[in-house]
Amino acid sequence: MALLEIKNLVVEFQTASGPFRAVNGVSLAVSEREVLAIVGESGSGKSVSMLAVMGLLPWTARVTADTMSFAGRDLLKISPSERRKIIGKDIAMIFQEPMASLNPCFTVGFQIEETLRFHLGLDRAQRRARAIELLKAVGIPQPEERLSSFPHQMSGGQCQRVMIAIAIACNPKLLIADEPTTALDVTIQKQILDLLVGLQAKYGMGLIMITHNMGVVAETADRVIVQYKGRKMEEADVLSLFEAPKHPYTKMLLSALPENATGDRLPTMKGFVLDEASVPGAA
Amino acid sequence: MGEIVVEGRNITRDYHVGGTVFSAARVVHAVKGVSFAVERGKTLAIVGESGCGKSTLARIITLIDAQTGGELFLEGQKIDIRRNEMTPAIRRKVQIVFQNPYGSLNPRQKIGDVLMEPLLINTDKPASERRELAMEMLTKVGLGPEHFNRYPHMFSGGQRQRIAIARALMLKPSLLVLDEPVSALDLSVQAQVLNLLSDLQDEFQLTYVFISHDLAVVRYIADHVMVMYYGEAVEYGTRDNVFASPQHDYTKVLFAATPRADVDSIRARLAKKKAA
Repeated sequence: MALLEIKNLVVEFQTASGPFRAVNGVSLAVSEREVLAIVGESGSGKSVSMLAVMGLLPWTARVTADTMSFAGRDLLKISPSERRKIIGKDIAMIFQEPMASLNPCFTVGFQIEETLRFHLGLDRAQRRARAIELLKAVGIPQPEERLSSFPHQMSGGQCQRVMIAIAIACNPKLLIADEPTTALDVTIQKQILDLLVGLQAKYGMGLIMITHNMGVVAETADRVIVQYKGRKMEEADVLSLFEAPKHPYTKMLLSALPENATGDRLPTMKGFVLDEASVPGAA
Repeated sequence: MGEIVVEGRNITRDYHVGGTVFSAARVVHAVKGVSFAVERGKTLAIVGESGCGKSTLARIITLIDAQTGGELFLEGQKIDIRRNEMTPAIRRKVQIVFQNPYGSLNPRQKIGDVLMEPLLINTDKPASERRELAMEMLTKVGLGPEHFNRYPHMFSGGQRQRIAIARALMLKPSLLVLDEPVSALDLSVQAQVLNLLSDLQDEFQLTYVFISHDLAVVRYIADHVMVMYYGEAVEYGTRDNVFASPQHDYTKVLFAATPRADVDSIRARLAKKKAA
């Protein structure tokens, strides 16, 4: 059975000029021990659909779906207090800006232990021991001393490691990583991706990787969903997507990669019009 | 060999930081003796991670910041912004395009004014001629005359980057410094902007200093590549040489860390995963 299952998700935002559909009928499923990549350009609704799962959208958003269930529980009908028990424990999320997603006023140790206290109810000594263990697991040297560091005393890569430590603190079943390496240098990006995929395999988590970087997709994913303007364009396992992309949009996206350049100009999206008939699942 | 447009000889830049109640004064060597030369119509790409000094070098080349030591030549003329009388003619030769197209345009200035301002400050062309030149430039970068009276917030990221490039080209510079010009853009928009840069280079015989951390982009656009690491140029050569046989350990690390999006590497990864 799928860990997370979403069918026909629609997210609308109320704007001054009427409702705006950010996500338009997206269906997806991710199982345990699976890495699913959602790839798309800005405005494709890839983050919004995951924020809808987490219940982190502002009140202006209207979320509807035929199914949205996690480990057999219906996320659409669940009460906010029930949801808070799942979010951060069984489903955890990592965001793009590591510096901005940690609270600058508290030490790293406090922020890791907060999760442990809320969800697991560990006592002080246990929390400290677990926090040290977590910092070790994400590869931060001298974890005992680092617990009392503030986020501004650490580099971007180290902050992202702390974010990952917080996310995996309660051994989540599903980890959602929203552009986890976009703000980082390539050498650090490599380390963080290796860490994420390593932890995913070690703990048997489901991992959803939201990214716009085709290289990141190629390096991490088992299965890929391509989104464009809130619609799902194509879903395939990673090898067949890169080997033989079916949808014109995917083809266009792959040919726009500078490393695939053949002539002295890159093919562009100019004149690309979305053919409604080519969207899978469209009536 | 063609004419050298910009040349740096052993350029260094030190910053003095601290010296307050909180910390002792110390010197940061941001750029440590970097040399390079770029011919007309060619592109030099500078690669490196954040904090390696590539943007500091860009500021020096753009004549925004003075070097601490070493010599900088623009079209054969030795330039030192601490001593030389900086004439508008010299300033006009170099222009820069910044990374963030959302931050580099004044939100309260119309696009037409953005483009006409360099002419207003640097030349004594009459208003009608300034207007004409700005319109012309708009079409050159793939926008239209209808965009002349619009404000920056009405444009997408890719369009804004086109405007920033148009503004940089208004004074017909011979050297354009591009500081991560496509990092903030989507893949398909990135392709359009890279194509535009190639088109403009052909048309105006422009020389580019292209700063980037994306090796795929560098491989596509550069003629020469310089890899910087902690303020030093650890690798410098033609694109084909650097990519075919990197000499320095850091360059090799950088290449190994770059995600590969080709079918063979995906196959290799999946096979490895299966075996594990």
